[in-house]
Parts: sequence; C-alpha cells; structure tokens
Amino acid sequence: MNLDFKRVERNAAVRKRVFTGLDYCFLVLWAILVLFPFYWMVLSSLKSYSAYNSEYIPQFFTLNPTLSNYVDAFTAVPLARYFLNTIIYTVVTTGLMMVVIIPAAFAFARLEFKGKQLAFTIFLSLMMIPNELVIITNFVTITNLHLRNTFTGLILPSVTSVFYIYLLKENFEQIPDELYKAARVDGTTDFEYLTRVMIPISKPTLVTIVILKVIECWNSYVWPRLITDNPNYFLVSNGIQEIRENGFGRENIPAMMAAVVVISVPLIILFLVFHKKIMAGVSRGGLKG
Amino acid sequence: MKMKKNDLKGWLYLLPAILFLGVFMVYPLIDVLVYSFEEGYNSASQTYHGIGLYNYAYVLHDPYFLQAVRNTFLLVIITVPVSTGIALLISLGLNAIKPLRDLFQTIYFLPYVTNTLAVGLVFMILFKKTAYTDGLVNLMIQWFGGQSVDFIDGPYWAKMFVLCFYTVWVVMPFKILILTSALASVNPDYYSVARLDATPNWRIFTKITLPMISPMIFYLVITGFIGAFKAYSDAVALFGTDLNAAGMNTIVGYVYDMLYGNSGGYPSFASAAALILFVIVLTITCVNLLISKKHVYR
Repeated sequence: MNLDFKRVERNAAVRKRVFTGLDYCFLVLWAILVLFPFYWMVLSSLKSYSAYNSEYIPQFFTLNPTLSNYVDAFTAVPLARYFLNTIIYTVVTTGLMMVVIIPAAFAFARLEFKGKQLAFTIFLSLMMIPNELVIITNFVTITNLHLRNTFTGLILPSVTSVFYIYLLKENFEQIPDELYKAARVDGTTDFEYLTRVMIPISKPTLVTIVILKVIECWNSYVWPRLITDNPNYFLVSNGIQEIRENGFGRENIPAMMAAVVVISVPLIILFLVFHKKIMAGVSRGGLKG
Repeated sequence: MKMKKNDLKGWLYLLPAILFLGVFMVYPLIDVLVYSFEEGYNSASQTYHGIGLYNYAYVLHDPYFLQAVRNTFLLVIITVPVSTGIALLISLGLNAIKPLRDLFQTIYFLPYVTNTLAVGLVFMILFKKTAYTDGLVNLMIQWFGGQSVDFIDGPYWAKMFVLCFYTVWVVMPFKILILTSALASVNPDYYSVARLDATPNWRIFTKITLPMISPMIFYLVITGFIGAFKAYSDAVALFGTDLNAAGMNTIVGYVYDMLYGNSGGYPSFASAAALILFVIVLTITCVNLLISKKHVYR
C-alpha cells in the first residue's frame, strides 16, 4: 500500500517534468519564430552584395561581415532625411498632443461646468469612429489648404487622441479631492494646480502615453503616404517602401536590410529600456488589435 | 455670475481638443456621408451632378472591390481564430512556468513595437523566390521534400498564406499580453479548492480557467475582428503598393487607392467603400457582443 502510494507520486512527478519540458520546448519555438526575422535582417545586412547574391542556398551565418551596406543605406538613398523627418514629426506631434490632451483631461476630471457630461459622452462616442472614415475628408481638407508635402499637413490630423484623453482623465481622477481643496484654500489657481500638482503626480501615466504615441508616430504609414509624394517629406515607413520600389535597385537586398535595421533600432532600444512601462500601458488599453 | 465664469473656464480647457476633433473628426464624419451620396463628384472643380446611390452601386460592382472584400474576409476568418487560439496556448504555457517567464514575455512582445513596413520586408525576403535563390522558407520546404512555391508573386493561396502568417505574427504580442494578464488574475483559491477535490486538469481548464478568462477572450475576438477588417499595411509591406495588380488588395487598401495614387481622385467612391466597411465591422461587432452576452461568464 505504502509502495503504491510512492509509485503514484513518482509517476505524477515524472509526468509533471515531461509536461514542463514540452512546455519549454513550445515556448522556445515561438521565441525563435518571433526573433528569427530580426536575426535574418541583421544577418542579411552584414553580407556583402556579391556574397548575398551568390548564395543560392541562404546561409545561416556569415564569416565576412561588412558594414558597407550601412554606408550605402545612408549615401545611396536619403535615409538620413527620412530619419530626421520622422524625428521632427514624432516630437512635434507628441508634444502638441500633450498640450491638447492634458487640459482636456483636467477639465473632465477636475472642473465643474455646464455641459460637461454631454461633452464627455460625445468624446467617448468619438472613440468608436474608425480612422478610415475620417481620413478621406482630411485628405481633401489638407489638399485644399495646400498643405500637402508640409509638416503642418502631416502633423495636424494626428494631434488629438480621444483615447489618451480618457486614459489621462481616469488617472487624474485618482488624485484625492483633498489636495485640490487644500490648494484652493491656499489661493492656488486651477492652472497652477494642474502644472504643479497634477502633472508631477501623474508623471508615470504621462510617460506611458508619450511612449505609446512615439511608437504610433514612428510606425505611421497611411496618412504620410497619402499626404506626401515629395521624398523630402517622407517618413521612415514611406521611405522604406520607396527604397523597396525605386531604391538601390530591386535586387540589392543587403542594403535594403541595412535600412530596415537602421529604422528598427530606435524603437527596439526604446522597448528594451521601457518594456515594463510599454507592456503595462498597452494592457491597460491596447490600440492595435 | 461666478457660475458662468467657471463654465467658461471649463470649455476653455477643452477648446484645443474640441477644435482639433471638430475639424479632423466630426466634420469629416459628416462630410464622408455627403461625399458618398454625391454622384459624379469632380475633385478638380469640386462639383457634382446629383445625389443618389450610384457610388455604392459602382463600388459594389467593381471587381477590385469584390476581390478586396474576398481577401479581407478570408484574412479575418483565418487569422482571428488562429491567432487567438495560439495566443491562448502560449499564455497557458507561460502561466505554467516560473523561471524565464518575464524573458519570454518580453521577447513575445517585441513585434508590437516594430515598424510593420520594415519587418514586412524581411518576411517578403524570407518567402520570396527569385532567380538567384528560392529563399529560406522554400529551402525548408525542400528539406521536407516539398515543392518550392513563390509566395510573393505566385499562386493565390500561397500569397494568402504569407499574408495570414505575417498578420498573425504582428497581432500576437497584443493577444499574448492580454491573455497572460487575464490568466494571472484568476483567483488562485479556485485552483487550490479544485486540487483538494482532485479535479482532473482538463476539467480545471474548462470549468475554471476558461470561464474566468472568457471576457478577455471575447474582447480579443472583437478587437481582432475590427483590426483584421482594417488590414492594409501588412499587405503593402509584403506585396508592394500596387495591391490590385497583386490581387491582394484589402477593403481599406481599396479605399486609399480610390483616394490617391494611380487609380485615385475619387473621394466619392472611397467614401462609399469606407462606409460599407464601417457597416460590415459594426454589424459583426454587434453580433459578437450578442454572442458574448450569452456565453461569457460574469
């Protein structure tokens, strides 16, 4: 009887170990599937043009890595300009967005005024409007204002986000009322209270919003494609598409991959530094489904 | 009087947001409806010669649109269940381990922050067959004795496969993240009680885990449907900007092609197509919500 019990226990332990082993195999397999494209793009970018094209069977490593493709990426196509454009676009859009959403979130969270409830309901319902519906008119509007191929035209429609107003409002509301009342007694104005108390307290949320917006800006493709046809105003996404279709010549894949690596690196660094914040922010209300 | 001043201040704080939303969201929303009913709209002279349903009729009879609808529906029907299913498996796998869990989670989330266009190019190269090389994926197919296929310029099913594969790869991080946090938030007491009763594992899964995370699964299905119906940049990344020529256009791609590019200049047709898409997505979301009301444990 006693022996039997031991055997059952041992069997269970073995089964558990086998299961855990299989589990790890499965997880490692998926990790490889996720990481492999990144490995392949770095690897291809380090192969020389002639080496790459002479490999009928692709090689999984290279013994003669070269950086010449990176030189090509910056000299043969205006990659540096695409890069600079994207940085300008990202910084200005994100900055303007903060200027717009912080007061709005503050008004909804803290101020009392007539029509607030109605305004908030309307804001919320706007969250359900897909971008595809409004982009058509925006395209026509920007074209009629002669703002195509300008940063103004690129930036303006991307400035507001109802979702971030909502996220920030929820955060602002968690700051205790007592703080506000005390500040009022001290004669602090609403604006001072916002800048000196609320913004510092909500810094973690604000940082999360900034990071998510930066990712969104860096990857935006559709609107820039519609609104720019002058390569001087291309962002990296459009740049990479341009490189693919007219860049180094269709077959210079190593140079193309070098450009892809250069474009991907900033966000990957951002991710490595802030991955906890980014993941927490996305799980609180992800945008990309 | 004081009350009034406060009202004004509230609206003043909202003013920038209202201005931007008004110009770039509310006005366009009304305008897109107007466009879709204006027949024969000319974007150069900004004139039209009638009001009616012609734009809708045109779009619904356009073979490119029908192709786009077919592609989009296939993409949705394949990728939503597949990605949700695999994400559930991976999250369960993650939930069962302790060491390295954070590392795996971080790795799995990486595709979320990458540029869809840029990484799509890598996928294109992996799957493409050129004069110089069959490409890596075809090499692997040949290892297992299969025939190589050009996934980028080849048969329709092959192109569809790559598109679905890449879409799943792109949407996975979000789903894994949501499901792992859902699994982690199930009250461990339920499991302890089940263990005391010697409940078999599959029963624990179907009777405790699944019901507890079902709201999140439905959330993912709904957002998955919405996201997949809007697929566009993944297809561009793989097949280039001329999606009609590749036969791989999506509904959103059709809208943009009507607006701009070689076939562009028809905001009315674009508006009609966008509204058709909106109605499709709205209907399916409502159906999803109805189903979830019945089946989701609360």
